[in-house]
Amino acid sequence: MKFVGKSIKRVDGVKKVTGSLKYVDDMKMPRMLYVAVKRSPHPHAKILSIDPSEALRLKGVKDVITGEFYTKRGGLYLEDKNFLAVGKARYRGEAVAAVAAESEDIAQAAVELIKVEYEVLPAVTNAVEAMAPNAPLVHPDLGDYKVAPVFFPEPGTNISNHYKLRKGDVEKGFAEADFVFENKFYVPHVQHVPIETHTAVAQMDADGYLTVWASCQSPYAVRQALSAAFDIPLNKLRVMSPAVGGGFGSKAGTTLEGIIIPLAMRSNGRPVKLTYSREDEFENAYVRQGLHATIKTGVRKDGKIVAVQNEFIWDGGAYTEYGVNIVKAAGYASAGPYDIDNVHTDSYCVYTNHPVGGPYRGFGMSEIHFGIEQNLDIVAEQIGISPVEIRRINGLKPGGRTGTGELVEVCGLMECLDNVIRDIELDKEEPASGPNKRRGKAIACGWKAPSMPNNAASSAVIKLNEDGTAHLLVSAQDIGQGSDTVMTQIAAEVLSISPEKITVRTGDTDHTPYEWQTVASRITYSAGRAVYEAAQDAKAQLFELAQIKLGVYKRDLEMRDGFIVSQIYPDRKVAISELALGLTFEDGSGVHGPIIGRGSFIPPNIRNADKKTGLGDHPVAFWTYGAQGVDLEVDVETGHIKVLKVASCFDVGQVVNPQMLEGQLEGAILQGMGTALFEELMLKDGKILNKSFVDYKIPTSDDMPELVVSFVENPEESGPYGARGVAEPAMVPTAPAIANAVYKAVGIRLSTMPLTPEKVLAAMKAKGQTK
Amino acid sequence: MSKLTVSFILNGEEVEHETLPNRTLLKMLREDFDMTGAKEGCGAGECGACTVIMNGQAVNACLVLAPEAEGSIIETIEGLSDGTHLDPLQQAFIDNAALQCGYCTPGMIMTAKALLDENPTPTYEEIKEGISGNLCRCTGYKKIVQAIQSVADQNRVGHGND
Repeated sequence: MKFVGKSIKRVDGVKKVTGSLKYVDDMKMPRMLYVAVKRSPHPHAKILSIDPSEALRLKGVKDVITGEFYTKRGGLYLEDKNFLAVGKARYRGEAVAAVAAESEDIAQAAVELIKVEYEVLPAVTNAVEAMAPNAPLVHPDLGDYKVAPVFFPEPGTNISNHYKLRKGDVEKGFAEADFVFENKFYVPHVQHVPIETHTAVAQMDADGYLTVWASCQSPYAVRQALSAAFDIPLNKLRVMSPAVGGGFGSKAGTTLEGIIIPLAMRSNGRPVKLTYSREDEFENAYVRQGLHATIKTGVRKDGKIVAVQNEFIWDGGAYTEYGVNIVKAAGYASAGPYDIDNVHTDSYCVYTNHPVGGPYRGFGMSEIHFGIEQNLDIVAEQIGISPVEIRRINGLKPGGRTGTGELVEVCGLMECLDNVIRDIELDKEEPASGPNKRRGKAIACGWKAPSMPNNAASSAVIKLNEDGTAHLLVSAQDIGQGSDTVMTQIAAEVLSISPEKITVRTGDTDHTPYEWQTVASRITYSAGRAVYEAAQDAKAQLFELAQIKLGVYKRDLEMRDGFIVSQIYPDRKVAISELALGLTFEDGSGVHGPIIGRGSFIPPNIRNADKKTGLGDHPVAFWTYGAQGVDLEVDVETGHIKVLKVASCFDVGQVVNPQMLEGQLEGAILQGMGTALFEELMLKDGKILNKSFVDYKIPTSDDMPELVVSFVENPEESGPYGARGVAEPAMVPTAPAIANAVYKAVGIRLSTMPLTPEKVLAAMKAKGQTK
Repeated sequence: MSKLTVSFILNGEEVEHETLPNRTLLKMLREDFDMTGAKEGCGAGECGACTVIMNGQAVNACLVLAPEAEGSIIETIEGLSDGTHLDPLQQAFIDNAALQCGYCTPGMIMTAKALLDENPTPTYEEIKEGISGNLCRCTGYKKIVQAIQSVADQNRVGHGND
């Protein structure tokens, strides 16, 4: 291949290194108004009254809006939320009113003048407590909410989804086991922390046509949500996402767009803009849900795991319109990448008066693997085999069965494991760097599938220009992962023209074709396949015309360097440029007209799992498998963990762009390290105590260990050139690999993230290991 | 609050500008001069996305008040290339895939520029330390350090030829 598999330079590179790419917050429009938001100071409170009169009297204030203007609930999978609180606030920081004013400062000042009377309600800030029968209900009307039929809310409780997986007979499995172990793990809330905070601008024309510019991963999903919420037909609603300064899932849903639209509708055509401050971002953008996990494992003496029983209790926060699906994904992936005959899982999405849980890179996988992968090491040690052996014995291989009973056809897990064992030199003991240091190496595996509706669709259009160049239109969003470049490479490969001859345009629901969402590590696979089909369609049209022009059969034609060439008579060829607008005959007449290639794609044959058991023979598009190895040191005096080296390997099907793929794996490792070592939203009575970079640290260059990444390529049949997604899976094994390596180093097992120096020291003290 | 006039050199051009004294350099650059390359990531000097070079030093523009710009020389990402040719650092970021979403990139490049202006041949560890005030959530930093290193290597060769 000429372009697929090559490190083509990013097509958006120059715009980004010159600072000329315009992000939404960089937009300044004539007569623009600025929005500020009044937020609830209580985690759970009835709103008795909102008095905006004083705010409205402030010079420069144009409008104040509350939830009462639009009381219709919405949500992606479960319609449980309003963009502005209606009736009551369910978390601290929830938007209760919004101001539009001539400047940010005026809007902010006006917010202080809005008077809100609350009746404080008892709050529930622990998911386990929220499941108790007498717990305060966050959504007493849950039974009335519209929900997609693959989710199972339990009205009258705080459980918004109870996912069940019942494979085999877990009791029989435990009875056959030589050993049964039970371990508990806790993963706290963390946040995505894109460097660009959430931001959007909205403008409504006099004829009712609404335009929204948003930093969002999924313009079509946003359009759909806004259309439903505000009763605007889709042809009168245009969503554009000109650039996204990091997403990681946080910009997958619809959030602040819904706050500014009512103001735009009432501003007589003036654009309105809202950009979250970092503090807003911590409090009001999605957070990763907290997880209480219990894993019970039955294992035979020979290392074969015969039964697993999981209970996952997720702290979904105040609204779980998106969270219900994370809980489901975690449920059907709950066996991990292992072949286990008897699996029994209950995964609960639980409302609390906490910030809103939402999709975060990994979509539940990082959280459950923190338990699954530590549990494996614990079990292995108890029965006297190595962490590698237990994974080799139980790890999925072609011919095996997943937790939902799906036959595994393509799986490079063992190859990935081999690679990281090699790269981390797992068997080589190496000295620590000082007398107070202890060194440890360990591994972890992971898997993930795209979690999306079965029929999540992609499409692409490719227009050929009369000079032989092309425009590629997609709504797959380049949120940093490099999709613009990857889509260009795939089109270039099919058409055999250089990537510089293709301009990719994205993120405009009026002009670029449908894409379900840029999430789920599905873009290279799904949008890539649509681009492949669009380019093939353009090629087929070119061949129709070329066979007339050249007097050869189209089956004997091929694309070569900008030409359509006969494979039999190489001198018979015609340039793409000559056919791009149709075929012209010698008498000047023409046929066909411009070449426009169209590609559409839905992953084939994904079917709902059985409602009662969760079993399904093809419930997801594909699984991505991988492994990581970690080499680290623990300072026994300070408890400080220093990660020295991380090796990562994933089965990506087909590498499209090696350099950018390395970047995905490297970035994922650092993000995983952050959650493992220090990231945690400190929540107390529903209040976030650390909503700034001073108090919530993310990894810096100083934290970067030696990074070694590699790939395995077992092709995905339905992916473009065999490619499958990897951006999220790449983060999944990092935290448990670190926890396992800490155990190797100092013999302590930390079941709660993050692995802070305080916890390390306390655990060592408890084991009598410190002075 | 009454406005005051500040004069400074912005990307090689003398400018005079009337501003409120409590306006930050970042707001002034982004909103008054429409130079939006520097980004606001936190507004508190913790993320480095707003980094510009002031009198040869990398500074967080969100922490500098507009009056402090008086008499200074300020360089922003907009001034780094002449519109047709990229600065070697910019080219190195592209060649090394040292960017993903691009939001931290202008600040990161300006920090790297100041670092290399002061020390044209930093070591790997010095680069790692030098950019540790600039947060990037996408790349894992490795390719950024490699990009800066590649320019340092060119400088090293250049010095050898002197």
